[in-house]
Amino acid sequence: MLDIKINSYGKTLIGIDVGSTTIKAVVIKDDGVVFCDYFRHMSQVREKLVHLLNEISEYADDEVYMAISGSAGLGVAQECGIPFVQEVFATAETVRLLAPDTSVVIELGGEDAKIIFFEGGTDERMNGTCAGGTGAFIDQMATLMNVSPDELDKLSLNYERIYPIASRCGVFAKSDIQPLLNQGAKKENIAASIYQAVVNQTIAGLAQGRRIDGKVLFLGGPLYYLKGLRQRFKETLRLNDDNAVFPEYGRFSVSIGTALYALKQAEPVNLSDIKAKLMSERTAVNHIPVSSPLFENEEEYGKFIDRHAAASVKKADIEKYCGKAYLGIDCGSTTTKLVLLSENKELLYSYYNSNMGNPVDVVKYQLEMIYRITGNRITIAGSAVTGYGEELIKHAFNADAGLVETMAHFIAAKHFMPEVDFILDIGGQDIKCFKIRNGTIDGIMLNEACSSGCGSFIETFARALGYGIEEFSRLGLYAKHPVDLGTRCTVFMNSSVKQAQKDGAEIGDISAGLSMSIVKNALYKVIRANSADDFGNNVVVQGGTFLNDAVLRCFERELGRNVVRPNIAGLMGAFGSALYAMSLNKESSGLISPDDLKQFTHTAKAVTCNGCGNHCHMTVNTFGNGKKFVSGNQCERGLGIAPATDEVPNLYKFKRDYILSLPETDGKRGTISLPLALNMYELAPLWHALFTTLGFNVKLSGMSTRDLYVKGQHTIPSDTACFPAKLMHGHIEKLIEDGAENIFYPALSYNIDEGTSKNHYNCPVVAYYGELLYSNVDFNGVRFLFPYLNINKPKELVKELITFFQEFFPKQRIDKREIKKAVKNGFKAYDDYMNKVRAEGKRAVEYAKVTGKRIAVIAGRPYHIDSEINHGIDKLLTSLDFVVVSEDSVSDSVKPVEVNVLNQWTYHSRMYNAAEFAIETPKAELIQLVSFGCGIDAITTDEIREMLEKNDKIYTQIKIDEITNLGAVKIRLRSLIEALNERDN
Amino acid sequence: MKEIIEKRIPFTKEMKKTHTLLVPTMLSMHFSIIVNILRAYGYKAELLTNSGRNLISAGLKYVHNDTCYPAQLVIGQFLDAINSGKYDVHRIALVIMQTGGGCRASNYIYLLRKALRRAGYGYIPVLSVNLSGIEKNSGFKITIPMWHRMVYAAFYGDLLLTLKNQTLPYEINKGDTDALIDKWISRLAEEMSHKLLRYKKIKKNYAEIVKDFAAIPKNTTPKPKVGIVGEIYVKFSPIGNNNLEDFLLSEGAEPVVPGLVDFCLYTIKNADIDYKLYGRGGYLKVFLHNFAYRFLIKKQNDLINTIKENSDFRPMTSFDEVPDMRKGIINLGVKMGEGWLLTAEMIELIHSGVNNIVCTQPFGCLPNHIVGKGMMKPIREKYPNANIIAIDYDAGASKINQENRLKLMLFNARENMGREIEDVSKPVRNRIK
Repeated sequence: MLDIKINSYGKTLIGIDVGSTTIKAVVIKDDGVVFCDYFRHMSQVREKLVHLLNEISEYADDEVYMAISGSAGLGVAQECGIPFVQEVFATAETVRLLAPDTSVVIELGGEDAKIIFFEGGTDERMNGTCAGGTGAFIDQMATLMNVSPDELDKLSLNYERIYPIASRCGVFAKSDIQPLLNQGAKKENIAASIYQAVVNQTIAGLAQGRRIDGKVLFLGGPLYYLKGLRQRFKETLRLNDDNAVFPEYGRFSVSIGTALYALKQAEPVNLSDIKAKLMSERTAVNHIPVSSPLFENEEEYGKFIDRHAAASVKKADIEKYCGKAYLGIDCGSTTTKLVLLSENKELLYSYYNSNMGNPVDVVKYQLEMIYRITGNRITIAGSAVTGYGEELIKHAFNADAGLVETMAHFIAAKHFMPEVDFILDIGGQDIKCFKIRNGTIDGIMLNEACSSGCGSFIETFARALGYGIEEFSRLGLYAKHPVDLGTRCTVFMNSSVKQAQKDGAEIGDISAGLSMSIVKNALYKVIRANSADDFGNNVVVQGGTFLNDAVLRCFERELGRNVVRPNIAGLMGAFGSALYAMSLNKESSGLISPDDLKQFTHTAKAVTCNGCGNHCHMTVNTFGNGKKFVSGNQCERGLGIAPATDEVPNLYKFKRDYILSLPETDGKRGTISLPLALNMYELAPLWHALFTTLGFNVKLSGMSTRDLYVKGQHTIPSDTACFPAKLMHGHIEKLIEDGAENIFYPALSYNIDEGTSKNHYNCPVVAYYGELLYSNVDFNGVRFLFPYLNINKPKELVKELITFFQEFFPKQRIDKREIKKAVKNGFKAYDDYMNKVRAEGKRAVEYAKVTGKRIAVIAGRPYHIDSEINHGIDKLLTSLDFVVVSEDSVSDSVKPVEVNVLNQWTYHSRMYNAAEFAIETPKAELIQLVSFGCGIDAITTDEIREMLEKNDKIYTQIKIDEITNLGAVKIRLRSLIEALNERDN
Repeated sequence: MKEIIEKRIPFTKEMKKTHTLLVPTMLSMHFSIIVNILRAYGYKAELLTNSGRNLISAGLKYVHNDTCYPAQLVIGQFLDAINSGKYDVHRIALVIMQTGGGCRASNYIYLLRKALRRAGYGYIPVLSVNLSGIEKNSGFKITIPMWHRMVYAAFYGDLLLTLKNQTLPYEINKGDTDALIDKWISRLAEEMSHKLLRYKKIKKNYAEIVKDFAAIPKNTTPKPKVGIVGEIYVKFSPIGNNNLEDFLLSEGAEPVVPGLVDFCLYTIKNADIDYKLYGRGGYLKVFLHNFAYRFLIKKQNDLINTIKENSDFRPMTSFDEVPDMRKGIINLGVKMGEGWLLTAEMIELIHSGVNNIVCTQPFGCLPNHIVGKGMMKPIREKYPNANIIAIDYDAGASKINQENRLKLMLFNARENMGREIEDVSKPVRNRIK
């Protein structure tokens, strides 16, 4: 029992904290805790509470003072007439009583993260809309790695290195972790990296510019149980054993505060009354929007099943079959799928399962199995691999071919419906859809970054509610009132489900509702469909999620037409690969032989590539035969291959080199430091020349790095701002560390007017980020200058700068004549830079024409040239044999276009023109880079897509954020190339 | 390439007779009066009242999901209304406000047209209400007398909003306040159709309204006051903010909502600021804007004085003082979205004794990264008693999480109030003078 003293004034106090996943309760009597309990409630809050109260009655009289807290406790408290107290408020009460010398509290719960600052007025914060680093997140990640949370913790204690993992949201993190797993990175390291992500998220999301120091109290379940997580917090915050406190009552801090709140109540309550209320009939279904049942009766369901049974692959008995066979492996992000086909395309063997965090082992085991069963009867005459783990598996087992996922799926879908024109694949972790036009893959849409809502989330839910996935989806088929849960991110679906349960929805209703959510999410968020016509007439759906009849039914209903779902919906990638292997027409496959398989070993080692400034984290896989496979690098350099791409024009590299070559000089008037972030990537030449002319030394903060980002993250006040803006904080910290005197980032409502748009604004973030920095960063005496300037009229700028220098550099006595000259030089330098960029753009286009190479027009913004922001996409493109041009290098080569939206931002206006350039230029393809959280891109993406598609060009969008992994991007670009090649033929 | 540009469907003179103008809801009281002004000038007009999940579904379907939530809601509300079957779709036109500026909100009208085309209603005309004279239509013109009336509609609306919030939480007889609002809305709406608009009469109305509200019997137990600031749509519209005002009322708080006139004044003042900062806009434009600014300030002060003279109600702060309140925290140059106004409003609230503030914004709102969340640190440093919470709204945010965070703010509000009450005895409220 908890050994703490609390004056209970002769009363019995009960505090119950009903969190998102667990219930925590304490009973305080005779000045001490006489009872405490902590358990998962599996969303059966009422039932579990009755049980709890029964237990409590052994320790308490019937007359008690009781209060409830916690995000899932609100409804129950209202229904039972028990006072409710907000959990952060309760925690603060507890801490004031039990640990009054605390400076900061960090509390992690199931879905919430909280920080309370006690010094200088209590300041309480909870995570906002994006809920990354919480208990649920850790659970999710443990599931992903196929270990229990306890095991994850144990693993994390033996880490050697930390990988950068995007922490904002589970979906992001998965995209970083999955490839690490697939590349064979050590679980110990990944485990610790996950915890580090949680720590970073807590600091970035909640500290918001306040430093966490003094005595820090860590509370909540995860921090009580997870030793590794504690360690990460302590190290990151540089705390020692004295000022990092993990109290014994950590899990119960809210419950204790709740009990203290109960003490303030005037009247006691009777336990028996409350139990009676909890057990009474629930209020009938009310106020929740519902739809009609998925199936009215079994007959309707039967017909549905019969219709879909038509799309089946015949099976052949592997025990008897003799002859050639073809192996297809789909090594997906979370699951590995394997198919063995006979010469008649019959299914001999199939496998579908989680890749257990190590796909190499899974495939090895499956191959052993196949060899054992088939002996000498069967010759594997061809083998092909697809999926995230394509290269790894191909190298490990010497498969004949690798093919990009989209192609594999297309081949498979064609098998069932030769005239297919739309394929939708909803897997465990991702949604993919392809449009097929004229027999080639035309548009590819993937769920990226935020708001997934893919298949695994139904499964996670089913499990959380204590059901298997099959039973859970069956319950949904005939549910009377399927709930409309909306389309939202997984994390928040929990609270919607809680809300629905509060309103009286049953499990079946929720199951059906979740199926609808998945479908709507795919239709409206990923595909952005307006009507069924967007899909064409021949739709094939696949992916494991569609094996769930409830999801399939919802999809057909929402679409208003029937679709084809093959009975091997979950195996389509592998099936397509097997068909591809067959098409290779080989006598026998080069696949690893049974004997070699016996000797097969696999070790993975993490290393950092020092080939360039990117310092990619790589994994070196060594196989038994001495073969090596390196993964995780952004370019080919890490493979020991000299990059043959240096001469191929790459505007991104050109611009980077140009900006970084701006020289420092002896500044007799002092130093001005420029943070190389947001619009500084483009305006650096202007300010550099301007200040240099005036006799200042100009220092740039340099390109971004991961470490630099981490350095500044504690001063970010809004965690939903775009990544390029967040990086700014790191640049400022770096300049301060480097001993800057003055840091300059002017406020510019208006950008350069290029005469191509109705107005020439900057986006609000670029324009006013200086205001935010000034208010949130501790400049430590360094002067931060963010004057409002007009960079369109040199005359105005001169006027404004005169005032500026008088105010901030009065002793320098900088006169008008000097400023005039400086402004002139500044604009000249800017024009020079832009002209050089445009000239290089022309050269690149010419080069492409001569060599016959394709041109990738990257439509982004100036800051996208930073490799930390674009994650090396330009290098990837050149390695895929593209000539890379940037939007600003070609936007002036076409007549300004008119668009259907308000065209009023200079940077975005260039992108429309770049799209026009891509349309007019043969072999030019546009790739739009979109930063997550860029509100203006919500407008540009649709418009640019429309422009391109109306002109029969393929639109490719790449959403980028903190995620460093290029896996999805690679698939994207390779699919693009495949589609282009097919088109050309 | 050029063929992708869709022609705007004009609103012709003939349409004025045949078509009904649909106006989205943002502020029900203000907009009810405004709709009546349109009617008085020969338009058929209707204020949309549809709400609920259908709006969001329609919005999600036809608007890019990363676009701000207000765009999804406003467009969703239109489409839901069009789909409802209530209207002859060939005899309606849609009205939308356009403010312009560097915020992506200036794109709503384009996104609306896009959504209409996608939904197969490309032929429905969309009208822009704006001050800059862009997008002219032969059949739709807001004349000077109409603008004049709209100005007073905004003042009436702000007055009713201010008085409602100070009466509703305290009324002894449930329904008194709402009944009084209904009474005045219909009376004011009716008066707007009169040929002559006399300022004397308006001032008399102000006084009568104030007296009427003061006469409603009220409890004197003070309640924690909670200010609401934010992006204009989610700040004002119950659809946008999940009925925030009602929630605060149900939690025993008094909502305090800075009015619409402030936003208009902010927009007008920015012309002057732009001129001073960047030399943009030309002298005449600035002169006209400054003239309008002084005019409105004077009218607002009249309104404030009427409230003071006739009651103990807490009047709105004169906007004349508002721009200076943000001094030392944010510059007036921040002019996109709600810009410096949002920061200034938070401080204005604190100055008028409202320390508890909900800062509302659509998820991912670009200007609010700076002017809302970005300014909380300096505000808290300067005013340690400030109890501010930022709430993000979008189709994916769950109500339960929002309410839990609001509850945290409210718990602290009540506790802080408990402390205050121990110190000062509160005066009796809202006595008629």
